[in-house]
Amino acid sequence: MSLIRFAAASAIALAAASAAQANEPVKIGMITTLSGPAGYLGQDIRDGFQLAIDAEGGTLGGVPVTVMVEDDALKPGNGRQIADRFLNNDGVKLFTGIVFSNVAGATVPDIVDNGAIYVSPNAAPSNFAGKECHENYFVVSWQNDSLHESAGQNASNLSYSNAFVLAPNYQAGKDAIAGFKRFFKGEIVGEVYTRLDQTDFAAEMAQIRDAKPDVVFQFHPGGLGISFLRQYQQAGLLETVPMVVAEPSMDGVILNAVGDAAIGINVSSHWNADFDNPANKQFVAAWNKAYDRPITYYASQGYDTALAIASALRATGGNLHELDAFREALRKADFQSVRGDFAFGPNQHPVQDWYALKVVAGEDGKPVLKTGEKILDDHSDAYVAECSL
Amino acid sequence: MTLFFEQTLNGLQFGVMLFLMAAGLTLIFGIMGIINLAHGSIYMVGAYAGTLVITETGSFLLGVPAALAVAAITGIVMEVAVIRRLYRRDHLDQVLATFAIILILNQAITIFFGRQPLFAPMPDAFSGSVELLPGLFYPVYRLVIILVGLAVAAGLYILINRTRIGMLVRAGSTNRDMVRALGVDIRMLYTVVFALGALLAGLAGLMAGPVLAVQVGMGEQILITTFVVVVIGGVGSIKGAFYASLIIGVVDTLLRAYLPGLLRQFMVGSEADALGAGISSMGIYLLMALVLLARPKGLFVADS
Amino acid sequence: MSISKLGRPLIALAVLALLIALPLLAEAMGQPALTSMVARILIYGIAAASLNIVLGYGGMVSFGHAAFFGIGGYVVGILYAHHASGDPLLGFIPGTNQLLITLPAAILVSGLAALVIGALSLRTSGVQFIMITLAFAQMLFFLFVSLKAYGGDDGLIIRRANEVPWLNMRDKQTVYYVCLAVTTVFFILLWRFVNSRFANVLNGLRQSEKRMAAIGLPAYRYKLAAFVISGMGAGCAGALMANFLRFASPDMLHWTKSGELMVMVILGGVGTLFGPLAGAAVYIALESILASWTEYWQLGVGMILLFVVLYTHGGVQALAQRLVGRQT
Repeated sequence: MSLIRFAAASAIALAAASAAQANEPVKIGMITTLSGPAGYLGQDIRDGFQLAIDAEGGTLGGVPVTVMVEDDALKPGNGRQIADRFLNNDGVKLFTGIVFSNVAGATVPDIVDNGAIYVSPNAAPSNFAGKECHENYFVVSWQNDSLHESAGQNASNLSYSNAFVLAPNYQAGKDAIAGFKRFFKGEIVGEVYTRLDQTDFAAEMAQIRDAKPDVVFQFHPGGLGISFLRQYQQAGLLETVPMVVAEPSMDGVILNAVGDAAIGINVSSHWNADFDNPANKQFVAAWNKAYDRPITYYASQGYDTALAIASALRATGGNLHELDAFREALRKADFQSVRGDFAFGPNQHPVQDWYALKVVAGEDGKPVLKTGEKILDDHSDAYVAECSL
Repeated sequence: MTLFFEQTLNGLQFGVMLFLMAAGLTLIFGIMGIINLAHGSIYMVGAYAGTLVITETGSFLLGVPAALAVAAITGIVMEVAVIRRLYRRDHLDQVLATFAIILILNQAITIFFGRQPLFAPMPDAFSGSVELLPGLFYPVYRLVIILVGLAVAAGLYILINRTRIGMLVRAGSTNRDMVRALGVDIRMLYTVVFALGALLAGLAGLMAGPVLAVQVGMGEQILITTFVVVVIGGVGSIKGAFYASLIIGVVDTLLRAYLPGLLRQFMVGSEADALGAGISSMGIYLLMALVLLARPKGLFVADS
Repeated sequence: MSISKLGRPLIALAVLALLIALPLLAEAMGQPALTSMVARILIYGIAAASLNIVLGYGGMVSFGHAAFFGIGGYVVGILYAHHASGDPLLGFIPGTNQLLITLPAAILVSGLAALVIGALSLRTSGVQFIMITLAFAQMLFFLFVSLKAYGGDDGLIIRRANEVPWLNMRDKQTVYYVCLAVTTVFFILLWRFVNSRFANVLNGLRQSEKRMAAIGLPAYRYKLAAFVISGMGAGCAGALMANFLRFASPDMLHWTKSGELMVMVILGGVGTLFGPLAGAAVYIALESILASWTEYWQLGVGMILLFVVLYTHGGVQALAQRLVGRQT
């Protein structure tokens, strides 16, 4: 056994020495969700990531890279299996891509414990932001709670005095309502937990109408959100009770699928397609040229993740064998994010601004998201104090 | 009181939707003895076909025949290519084969339509709402769903009780082997029944389009609930499927609407809400378990 | 059934020797991840073989076995969570991270669950039995999804695998050997079970319940006992899986997981001793090879499953036997 270990170790040392000259591409393992109803999330993250590579002509930060993409099918066990193969068979040292918190829960500990870096383009559950934070774990997107905290702040800013809140009865749903309440200063007049497999929301619509709240906050990502919003409009509530949501309930794809049923809804987000900065303009133009489908914030997060990785690869010349230097370089976040200001906090989660958006009718009649004022400035997360990094 | 009436109406509407799925499934189950996990996939195919035609032509009226035809053809192809070979096999092989069909159809839809959910436009004539009682506005489209569902139920009643096909279907569901022994072309009958079930699933998919998300995997969401309906009603019984659909629809809706409120009388608000949601999501399964414990063959099957 | 009585144990021993040597072989081939894939296959093999006790030998089609798999996993996860936090479970059960305690506990708890679910479900049969077992599994699924204290839908992270005295469970190969040891013991017990009088009665019940009743055997009690044993096996597999993944989540109890276990049994060969293990190997290898080739891998899996069910008559084991020219 020790002989094999020794052989392996010397092979690695040899590879390290030759990597600089031979310009061996750096392998990036992307584990993401491509099948099932949530498949578009992973697809957008992957394609956004790829756009950043294409923009450089096949490199990241001047270092050649190969991206190995695999579908986890939203099964934690599959994610773990893929990570294992990438880590041990292919010697991948740099990972990204996971969309859902449950897949992250099974996969991320294994990656970071084995001395590889994980950079999250989406899911960021609270335990990894607080007590279980790790020096090899970075988040480019947001901490899960921030999404809904921004929605709570948005509702307060819009001076609504009471709210009716709804979310599916699972962990992310409960976190959403907790996050909203943390920043909403008004009163909660109704709190309803829907089901993860629910298709008909008529009962909830009737309850909302009966409660006559100032505003409705709901968290229903993907297909659930499409059903919810269309039924909200059909029940005639869209004209009478305003709604605030966080971005997972109103991404570009949902907007496209619900059409007019979204007009007037207040959204809070860390990114929008109309952000006026050069990096974002370049990104949106490249996306529209490459793909014939709506741009989403998932794509922007994939793109930003690639930029963040590029900054660290540039600073270290693509050397992943000295992880300390790589982490140090990544922590500086020396890149132009498509969302404007961006920095990593002490727990290596983002410190960023949140904006109020509103769905309005666009020039061609199709609804679009329009950016309004800033609601949270340099916002971190609620768990940073628990992290000992 | 108005609220209660409205919630009951919501329950009826949900039940009618389930009935369209359950009617086909229970026929296939009862007459052909086939466990068809892919029934939800046909529902998805119907929704995609209808939505595609409506978006391309801008006409809801053209979408209806398109969805029905595509769903029925999918059903026939499935029956001839796969299901036909499984009649003599046990339930296990049927489960595996139809599970495989789910994977294949889901992936095929992903390849042809992409992963993004589709926008299914609402027909103009049915948008908006009407005042049923003073202060009770109800969406027209939901009333249409209820009417279509009831019309289908009536149509099936006539088909089963007044026509020759219906006679064979009734005979087939009570004694399959006897029908075969009498020299009826059982193959043809099976294909017709399967196509009819598929057509109804396609209709359900089409009507669900403007209310729900048209996306990959939409069939699996409704599949399990449909099975619950079929089993509670009694396998093979259309009448059973009808009553069980309405019972499940109303019970499910009322539990969601009122259980958290009831629990709040005894405990803290947010705990009551979470517990209420938990119990209500188990509600239909609990109901099924109770029904089966009392009547192991379901509600509407005569004890043999 | 006409495979020579000598041949089969020899093949089994050869496979066991191969499995013992596997970590070294995998390392030498430059495929170290093979070891953990095989560990996963062994674990699913236990679960599928347990399901096969009711499915193949007893003729009871349970569509809810993921429930016991998940309960096994959650017993390990919950005991670990209380061990890590120091608060006893329900105020009096101390948490633990000792595999020698958690594994029997998982088997016991899933056995109890199987006793309750089985006692109620066995009042029905046929399609109704399929659906009522599914119903109970769905209830447990929603229960764990809404259990906020244990992570709900996000799952429960087990930061360190359970400990075993004198073994370093942080080493992946040790975990593999522990899985292999449990699998070996499990299959030896299963082999003795299959050749017991009990299994003969079960076989008889599957063929004709009336006949067995006529010679005075209490069918219900025998079937229930088989169901409980089967649930215990699935719980044991779940406990191993939680240790292997260092994670337990409601995903373990989802109805598609019950379906997958069923697929493994059918793929390998219903009512055969090692069929389910072979089925697990084929299914997992297929999934992981196709997924590394294409993002549309589910299309391939679907096609192959369809082919197997339509043309092989008895799964890969039957296919293999026909290929080498043996009569079944």
